[in-house]
Amino acid sequence: MKNYMRMELSAIGSNEGFARSTVAAFALPLNPSLAELSDLKTAVSEAVTNCIVHAYASSPAESSLVVIECETEPFLEGEDAGNEGGGIIHIRVRDYGCGIDDVGKALQPFYTTKEDEERSGMGFTIMQTFMDGFKVESEKGVGTTVFMSKKIGLKDGVDA
Amino acid sequence: MKLITRFSDGTLAVKLEGEIDEHSVIDIRRRADEAIEAHAFADRAIFYLGGVSFMDSTGIGFLIGRYKKLRRFGIRAYISGPDPTADKILTMSGVYTLIPKINDEEDRL
Ligand SMILES: Nc1ncnc2c1ncn2[C@@H]1O[C@H](COP(=O)(O)OP(=O)(O)OP(=O)(O)O)[C@@H](O)[C@H]1O
Ligand SMILES: [Mg+2]
Repeated sequence: MKNYMRMELSAIGSNEGFARSTVAAFALPLNPSLAELSDLKTAVSEAVTNCIVHAYASSPAESSLVVIECETEPFLEGEDAGNEGGGIIHIRVRDYGCGIDDVGKALQPFYTTKEDEERSGMGFTIMQTFMDGFKVESEKGVGTTVFMSKKIGLKDGVDA
Repeated sequence: MKLITRFSDGTLAVKLEGEIDEHSVIDIRRRADEAIEAHAFADRAIFYLGGVSFMDSTGIGFLIGRYKKLRRFGIRAYISGPDPTADKILTMSGVYTLIPKINDEEDRL
C-alpha cells in the first residue's frame, strides 16, 4: 500500500537532524540498506539546509516554514513481499523563500552564492548523485520545491 | 558534536564525533580554529572522521575552511577514517586533492 506523510517545520538549523531522521524512519518499512538510508538522509539534509541558509536568509526564522512530503510505494504487496521489502520513496521539500534566479546555474557543481559562509556549492550535486530522481522548481519571490525519488531495497548491503 | 584535540610530535590531531550539519558546525568551527591558533607552529594536522556518523556538504565547507586557515600557518592537513558516505562526498567534491586521505591509527588521541 502507498503511504504518505507531510511535516511542516520552522526553518531553523536545530530542525535539520529531526527532518532527515524522520524521513529515514518513514522509509524503514521498505527495508533499506544502511547505505541507502545514509544516502537518503544526506539528500534530505542538503535540501532542508538550503531552505534555511538560502531561501530564508533574510526572513525572520519563526515565521519561515519548510514543508516536507514523502510517499512510499512498495514494489510488491502482501505475501509476495515476504521479507524482501523494496520500493520507491518520493520526497518533496518546499520553501516559501526568495527563490532561485537561475536554476541551471545553481545546479552546477561548485556554484554557490555563499562562498564567504563556507558553502561549497555541492548540495544539489550531492542530491542528484545520491537519489535516482531529481527536479527543482523555483520562482523568484515565491519559493523553491525540490523533488527527489529513490528506489530502495534493490542493492546488496547490510540492512538498516 | 564532540571535538577532541591533541598535540604531539608536531602533529595536531582533531577528532570529530557526531553529526556534522549546518547547525552543529558552528561550535566545532570555533573550537577547531582555537586549536589551530593555539598550535600555529605545528607541522601537520589530521582530521579523524571515524566517529562522524553523518555529514552533508557542510562538512566539505568545514574541512576546506580549516584547510585554508592551516595553510596560512604553513600546516599541512590530512583526513583519516571517513565512513563510506562521507568518503563519497569528499571524493566527488575534490576535497582529497587539497587534504589527502591517510590511514592513521587513532593512537594519537
Ligand atoms: N531553497 C533555495 N532557495 C534559494 N536559493 C537556493 C535554494 N537552494 C539553493 N539555492 C541557491 O543555489 C545555490 C547552489 O545550492 P547548493 O546546495 O548546490 O550549494 P550551496 O548551498 O551554496 O553550498 P553547499 O550545499 O555545498 O553547502 C546556492 O548557493 C543558492 O544560491
Ligand atoms: Mg546547499
